[in-house]
Amino acid sequence: MSAHLILRVVAKLLIPLILIFGFYVHFHAKYAPGGAFQAGVILASALILYALIFGMDAARKAVPPWAARVVLALGAFIFAAVGFVSLFFGENFLDYNVLLPTDYRAQYLGIILVEIGVLMTVTAVIIAIFYAFAGRSPEITDEDW
Amino acid sequence: MTDAYFLPAAIVAHAPALLVAVPLILSTVAAAIPSGRAAWGLAFVSAMVALLCAIELFLGTRGEYAIISYAMGGWEPPYGIEFRIDGLNAALLLLLSSTGLLALLFALPSVADEIDKRKQSLFYAAFLLCFAGLSGVAATGDAFNLFVFLEISSIGTYAIIAMGHQNDRRALTASFNYLVMGTIGATFFVIGIGFLYMATGTLNMADIAQTIAAQPGNRVVEVGFAFILVGVGLKAALFPLHLWLPNAYAFAPNFVTTFLAATATKVAFYVIIRFSFDVFSIDSGFVQNTLTYVVTPLAISGMIVASLQALFQSDARRLLAYSSVAQVGYMLLGLGMATAAGVAAGSLHLLNHALMKGALFMALGAFAYCYGVRRIDDLKGLGQAMPFTSAAFTIGALSLIGVPFTAGFVSKFYLIQAALDNDWWWAVVAILAASVLAVFYCYRMLVTIWVNPAPTEGLLPNGHIRKVPLLITVPLWVLALANLYFGTNAGFMVDMAQTAAQAAINGGVS
Amino acid sequence: MLEMLSERFVYVVIIVLMMTGLYALIATGNLVKRMVGLTIFQTSVFLLYITMGKVFGGVPPILDYKDLSNGTLDPNQLYSNPLPHVLILTAIVVGVATLAMGLALVVRIREAYGTIEDDAISEADYSLELEKGV
Repeated sequence: MSAHLILRVVAKLLIPLILIFGFYVHFHAKYAPGGAFQAGVILASALILYALIFGMDAARKAVPPWAARVVLALGAFIFAAVGFVSLFFGENFLDYNVLLPTDYRAQYLGIILVEIGVLMTVTAVIIAIFYAFAGRSPEITDEDW
Repeated sequence: MTDAYFLPAAIVAHAPALLVAVPLILSTVAAAIPSGRAAWGLAFVSAMVALLCAIELFLGTRGEYAIISYAMGGWEPPYGIEFRIDGLNAALLLLLSSTGLLALLFALPSVADEIDKRKQSLFYAAFLLCFAGLSGVAATGDAFNLFVFLEISSIGTYAIIAMGHQNDRRALTASFNYLVMGTIGATFFVIGIGFLYMATGTLNMADIAQTIAAQPGNRVVEVGFAFILVGVGLKAALFPLHLWLPNAYAFAPNFVTTFLAATATKVAFYVIIRFSFDVFSIDSGFVQNTLTYVVTPLAISGMIVASLQALFQSDARRLLAYSSVAQVGYMLLGLGMATAAGVAAGSLHLLNHALMKGALFMALGAFAYCYGVRRIDDLKGLGQAMPFTSAAFTIGALSLIGVPFTAGFVSKFYLIQAALDNDWWWAVVAILAASVLAVFYCYRMLVTIWVNPAPTEGLLPNGHIRKVPLLITVPLWVLALANLYFGTNAGFMVDMAQTAAQAAINGGVS
Repeated sequence: MLEMLSERFVYVVIIVLMMTGLYALIATGNLVKRMVGLTIFQTSVFLLYITMGKVFGGVPPILDYKDLSNGTLDPNQLYSNPLPHVLILTAIVVGVATLAMGLALVVRIREAYGTIEDDAISEADYSLELEKGV
């Protein structure tokens, strides 16, 4: 456990900051360039850093692979569901104006919902891709070294 | 908005969006659940919804140049993304959803047989993505959106082709090669769209068409067309860009081959028609020259060379895959004539080819399911053992050759007529020569099937033989009978193809 | 000639990148390197689009929300075109998906064949066919 002490301490300090920065990039996108895609990748990178320092098993305990699969489906589902909500109110697919009486507020709400869906999907997809590749134990022959 | 025919008007108003959105949203559900059968149910439901919407849209676009436009998110075109359905893509959507539905019936036994149980729900999720992507390509009126849907469908396709690795590991390399070539094609397409956007400042296809018409001889636009043609030509398996196709079809799971053979190259071919005639005008000498001096020679060499290659195959599905490349040549030949009759004949062949290849690949799937056979030599005597399936296969093969009273004859007849109208006697020679080659390769399979005693044991593990499930027999015979029906009563199909050609040629700048 | 090139410097960079990617894609038999080439090739197109959206002296076209309502746009300010950026964001996602898909296939190919060299894979397939007696 004493190995990589500095790495462990630094990672423990960094990971919360990365997460906060991810959410900052996500929610500040109204005022500055940013958004769910970037934020999702940043959030996922926090978990990848965790997995690199503490090992795959610890990462799998923190975010189980099935959770990644469900969340990625759920995020895309939220996005599409917002579209269907507009349909139920008789407007075109993904027309946010039906969500609230004031148009610009409805647009805010719509884009925030959609972005939350995108955030979930992007984070989960990056994590799932990472698991899929890192989870396969490679068989490396002596010559390959 | 047009009148509703049989669905509630509230649904009809949103049919273009539902067609794509329902498969998309259900694919997320299918990805999240573990049960393969439930995922199949979701896929079936979305194909059903897509079919109903497609029928409704098809009926709605029967009028003179009727166009259904749907503004995504309420943002009016040309600023927002528009879904635009006219006679051309309504026919394609109808083909896509109906063959998708038939293929899905076939999928339940076939996929349960070929795909690992734990992977089935993900398999159907990928299939739904592919299906939604193809419908999206057909429905959208926005050039960049078209690229996105093209890639959604392609990525889904790569995944489901690679799932064939449980039978044959070559599915992996086939899928990888398809991925590399398909991505190059998509990237070329994006470059083309980028040039169009540079020259016009818009991405809406109808809007692009009007802006292009105002600037004849613009080099940026012409380069853009070249990039788009090459890019989509790769996806459509335009000879000589077809190298990914034979292996991908030969090693994919049977269901995937059936679905892709009936739809995937057709959708890419639709994009070529859309861009050559609708976005770019055929009146511009550039497009005309490209079609006459580039597309037509490639189409004819594709017809001949791919048919010759088909003669030397030992794997039945590979043989049919090469024949598919040849058939793409027929369609492109119709396109290359650049006349309304030519485009109509090309579209007609597109529709009919989906029917015959669907039936043929489905029958091969049934052979593989019951006897585990894939090579032509192993088809020996199946005519005695499985007479009904073999009869349906035979109908498909006769239609492929173009024997009278089958659908294949009708489209070849119209193709020859269109060629004669153009005074292209050499094209007629090429069509006949390729048909003769088709006789040879079909003869080889048919003789192996019929002129041999029934095999006593299959190639499945422990020599076990299975009966054909009803879910394979029904869609197979629907397709086979459709081949016969549309061979004798071609009116419906011909009408559909001619409306499509009219929509393509008159749709752009009006 | 030199003047023309320097004026269109970005396009020169894009074309060089594009050809590098395409060459890497064709010249190497290593499947991972092919994916690298493919990604470089795609990235060059992203640059082409981003170039289109650039307006000299332009700023990001984000509304000014001082009163938290509709937001305001300064009519005297020059803005960059945001549309190519949005398009490329989508294209990047597509590119990432393709890359992940391709690498996943490479991993499976490595497991099935024990190699990721194209020649070795073809040879393995070919000898298998010969054994079957085709």
